[in-house]
Amino acid sequence: MARVPAIGRAIPRRDGRAKVTGQARYIDDLTLPGMLHGVTVRSPVPRGIIHDITYAPGVPWDEITIVTAADIPGRNVVALILEDQPYLADGRVNHAEEPILLLAHPDKHLLEEARRLVRFEIEPLEPVLTLDDALRAERVIWGSDNLFKTYVVGRGDIDAAFAEAALIVEGEYQTGAQEQLYIEPNGMLALVEPSGGITVWGSMQCPYYVHKALAGVFGLPPEKIRVVQMETGGGFGGKEEYPSIIAGHAALLAWKAGRPVKIIYDRAEDMAATTKRHPSRTRHRTALTEAGRILAMDIDFVIDGGAYCTLSPVVLSRGTIHASGPYYAPNVRIRGRAVATNVPPHGAFRGFGAPQSIFALERHMDRVAEAAGLSPDELRRRNFIKPGQTSAVGQVMRDEVDMDAILSRALELSGFHEKRRRFAAANTSGHIRRGIGLATFMHGAGFTGSGEDHLASTVSVEATAEGRVRVLSASTEIGQGTITIFSQIAADALDMAVDEIDVVQPDTSIVPNSGPTVASRTCMVVGKLLENACASLKRTLADGGYLNADSDVASACRAYVSDHGTLRASAQYQPAEGARWDDEKYEGDAYGSYAWAAYVAEVSVDLQTFEARVEDFVAVQEIGRVIHPVLATGQIEGGVAQAIGWALYEDVVWREGRMANAQMTNYIMPTSADLPPIRVFFEEVPYAHGPGGAKGIGELPMDGPAPAIANAIAHALGADVRQIPVTPERIAELLQGAYA
Amino acid sequence: MPERLMRLEFNVNGTAVAVDAHPMARLLDVLRTQLHLTGTKEGCGEGECGACAVTVDGSLVNSCLVPAIQASGCRVRTIEGMAAAGDLQRIQQAFIDHGGAQCGICTPGMVLAAAALLEQNPNPTLSDMRQGLAGNLCRCTGYMRIFESVVAAMRPSAS
Repeated sequence: MARVPAIGRAIPRRDGRAKVTGQARYIDDLTLPGMLHGVTVRSPVPRGIIHDITYAPGVPWDEITIVTAADIPGRNVVALILEDQPYLADGRVNHAEEPILLLAHPDKHLLEEARRLVRFEIEPLEPVLTLDDALRAERVIWGSDNLFKTYVVGRGDIDAAFAEAALIVEGEYQTGAQEQLYIEPNGMLALVEPSGGITVWGSMQCPYYVHKALAGVFGLPPEKIRVVQMETGGGFGGKEEYPSIIAGHAALLAWKAGRPVKIIYDRAEDMAATTKRHPSRTRHRTALTEAGRILAMDIDFVIDGGAYCTLSPVVLSRGTIHASGPYYAPNVRIRGRAVATNVPPHGAFRGFGAPQSIFALERHMDRVAEAAGLSPDELRRRNFIKPGQTSAVGQVMRDEVDMDAILSRALELSGFHEKRRRFAAANTSGHIRRGIGLATFMHGAGFTGSGEDHLASTVSVEATAEGRVRVLSASTEIGQGTITIFSQIAADALDMAVDEIDVVQPDTSIVPNSGPTVASRTCMVVGKLLENACASLKRTLADGGYLNADSDVASACRAYVSDHGTLRASAQYQPAEGARWDDEKYEGDAYGSYAWAAYVAEVSVDLQTFEARVEDFVAVQEIGRVIHPVLATGQIEGGVAQAIGWALYEDVVWREGRMANAQMTNYIMPTSADLPPIRVFFEEVPYAHGPGGAKGIGELPMDGPAPAIANAIAHALGADVRQIPVTPERIAELLQGAYA
Repeated sequence: MPERLMRLEFNVNGTAVAVDAHPMARLLDVLRTQLHLTGTKEGCGEGECGACAVTVDGSLVNSCLVPAIQASGCRVRTIEGMAAAGDLQRIQQAFIDHGGAQCGICTPGMVLAAAALLEQNPNPTLSDMRQGLAGNLCRCTGYMRIFESVVAAMRPSAS
């Protein structure tokens, strides 16, 4: 019986029915008997010394559970990379919105009143609020120099190369903070079990990050902690690290109150207090030969990490490695620095540093092309990295990459050259100016360098007495389609039907640690482990004589479980053969594979309102084998939409270290009326080490749109765009020659 | 303030209900906490995102902005009222098949908004869809698959 492979087909989304009927259960849909609500009381100032906390009359304080730093039974640090961030401020605050104390009560409305009646006496200290202030280090707020991390990578002889350059082009580029703006705000519900253990349910990407953090703050052994992921209404990186804090807070309140406690952030709190994309500033200096080939790239990349280290070194690492893009430079030097400021810590957000450094590079490449008298595509074609060539961090490209073909297809599908000529000719009059711009880029999938080796992720599968197979992993469904693609991968690996596979809800008491749901690793890395675990399960059936010509896998599973009780198989990540990475020198094979892409944006700019609009968008990418065409297309479209927001609309306004526009009313994300047709095309080159040949996809579409749009606006206006978001205010400045 | 509670009677998804609620309580909270209809979601609490969309006497509203008393005597329809008998409506099936739902948090409101759009205008153009769904924010899809889903629900289906 010929089975139609599930991979490559747009099977119905497996979690679709629960979602379209309203039956899917998110954290705020969960209530436990006797449950209290919890709130966080936060610092109103960016930096200061806490002298006193008082509770003004107006609410029955004796009914309210109060938790301060003094109540913490374990260690008052959020366990992540460096242990510098407290769960609750103890003596001093280092950023506005920093949690100082927690309150719980059954009545939400009373709790809101109580929150307003907590009085802090804080002696303010002069804060560091900008990237430049941090670099000047006149006031040191972190370590000895305000630097969380510095990387210097590169190869060749930069100074000699610049000495012999035919052309040198320099430029500085900036990107702003961006709010992830998942539509479901963060939330957690915690319960202290009669055994003294702690169970937490919530909205999250990484159950085992929460697990590790809870063990630390309570000083409990890992087996006493249980973390369950509820249906999660979007993450985009915003539910990577911060949920560990909310889980800890809910659990501390539950532990002190002796009752379950649920904390649900409202939108304003979620926007103001939780992580956002790191703002960045990048300086480029590029040396070109007479023939338009890059001789040298000198790049200085700085990101603002906020008040605590959190994930900034890792964000910096990815941004640094992607800073020289899909180009070959014989001489290259990239310095990356993550600085400390007194703003709420910035964190993970789709792309993880790469969109920032790629924005700078791709806008810069257009300026280099112009200076060299080449078209934007021609300069790029002359410099694309080719198989066998070596990247800035010393990775020899083994992928069968053909950026030239990808770019050609994007140019053709978008009518790039014809429009570029036509718009330029028409832009001499009228109040609507049109432009078209492109960006070419790549994105590495999985953890950087030896990251996957250290994670050593595990996936398990187990057969049931009914002849079904359960997939056990900590990889979360956050909308991107984990449940559906895991079902497809398992079905094909086991030779079963998709609806015979069950993907188990991540619960740390049941599932092994398959690592965090981040870094475009779920399909490529975890999916491959799943494929291997399935192969191992099938081998067990075959070796036991349960699989033969006339038995299907489901009946073999039934028979095996009936005879032996259980049938379970696991696969753990093994370092890829031949891959090398030197953590000290920060060089080697940075990523197992890259996805490659060329994006083209067409824009119009209204000279009366100064509004820019994207009118058409073409996204061509090579992502290995496409597992599910509809889900993959949806990933690209959603990422492009989010990046259009970052490029044009989404402007975090800072006032004294606080987000001044923490509302959907004045922090503007794209609506259905704001977006162009997003036209998505895939090139499929199967990747040998991915499940069914797939690579990572989730973050890639965040990288290219912003520079393509900035290049298109520059084309439309003949103005030099250096900074995003390109809001109407910024266009007005550009037209007044403020950047000339 | 229990003395200020008021008996409110209305019809939800075809069933008459009576609740004791503060007259200015948000319809969203009455639906979610008193009637346990948690399919209606809160995304922003300020009428921007549309995750809490329901219909009141056939009009699509953001239930976070509607005082419960305003629903008194009205017919309220939530996502639970669609496919209540088990069979998905066409627009719901289309969202599953065409990628209209990803994380699912905007989906109940978006499905109701799409259904309301189709009710008013059985053959919406792309431009009608862009305008008609602009009150419902989705951060996952970029809306393209949602438009596809609406188009698919318009077509007489073969299956």
